[in-house]
Amino acid sequence: MAKVIVYPPTSMILSDLVERMGHKALVVPEAVRKLVTESNIQSPPLNMTPEEPKKGLRYAAVDVPSGVRGRMALIGPIIEESEAAIIVEDPGWLTGCAGCSRTNELVRLLIRTKGIPVLDLSYPTDDAEAKVFVQKIKAFLGGLK
Amino acid sequence: MLVTKYVITSSESNILPSDIAMKIYGSKYDATVKETCFGVMINGEEEVINELVKEIRSLDPAGIFIKDRGFPPGDPRRCRGRSGGARPGFYMIESESKILPMISRALASEGEVLAAAEKKRPLPIGRLEEIAKEGLS
Repeated sequence: MAKVIVYPPTSMILSDLVERMGHKALVVPEAVRKLVTESNIQSPPLNMTPEEPKKGLRYAAVDVPSGVRGRMALIGPIIEESEAAIIVEDPGWLTGCAGCSRTNELVRLLIRTKGIPVLDLSYPTDDAEAKVFVQKIKAFLGGLK
Repeated sequence: MLVTKYVITSSESNILPSDIAMKIYGSKYDATVKETCFGVMINGEEEVINELVKEIRSLDPAGIFIKDRGFPPGDPRRCRGRSGGARPGFYMIESESKILPMISRALASEGEVLAAAEKKRPLPIGRLEEIAKEGLS
């Protein structure tokens, strides 16, 4: 079982396909869960302690907007943990926690420079493309240990 | 550790969120269920939820999709009932839900081996020049 990071990091379809094929999908909600459901909430409501910006500083400089560093505090450790990646370019509907374009650029760069196997795809627009989409993901995940 | 997962049904699936909720109520597992318009949220111990997810998936293997959620169901920090609008993560689910029927059909016909569909390429410059010359002549 390999740890596979998916981009967009909140994608339902990608995380489901990864888990369905017996691998571990690394997604942002899991990182959020660790933070917000801890029994010892030190900084309500979202438990962002001074440690989180420090984690973000490992990936982005201090003059980079705080939103990027905050997001990287959650996504950065996931990228470090990952053994493979599936990237879907231009989803066109990245909003909310996944809606920061600069963070998304940095995330894609860090994944690509890590040297792990990466599968690049685009979201399907018809049935034929959907079949190819699923087959490519299945073949990619099948080749992972 | 308590975990929360979304169970989302494809719009073409014959399984309704209420069917999933009833399946969980009737199961031996100790889990909290919250029904939504697009599926259900389940919350419980990680091992319990993992087992439950396998059983729920068996209702419609190609039409049911599972996604992790960070906040527990009804958490006041995210609950849309308190904030007055859709929570930020809903838009991603809403957008991906539109292509779920295609993904479901692709999963259901997994045995078929297809040649990779040819990607649409931009018009070559030479051809564009020809078209422009034809149009201007």
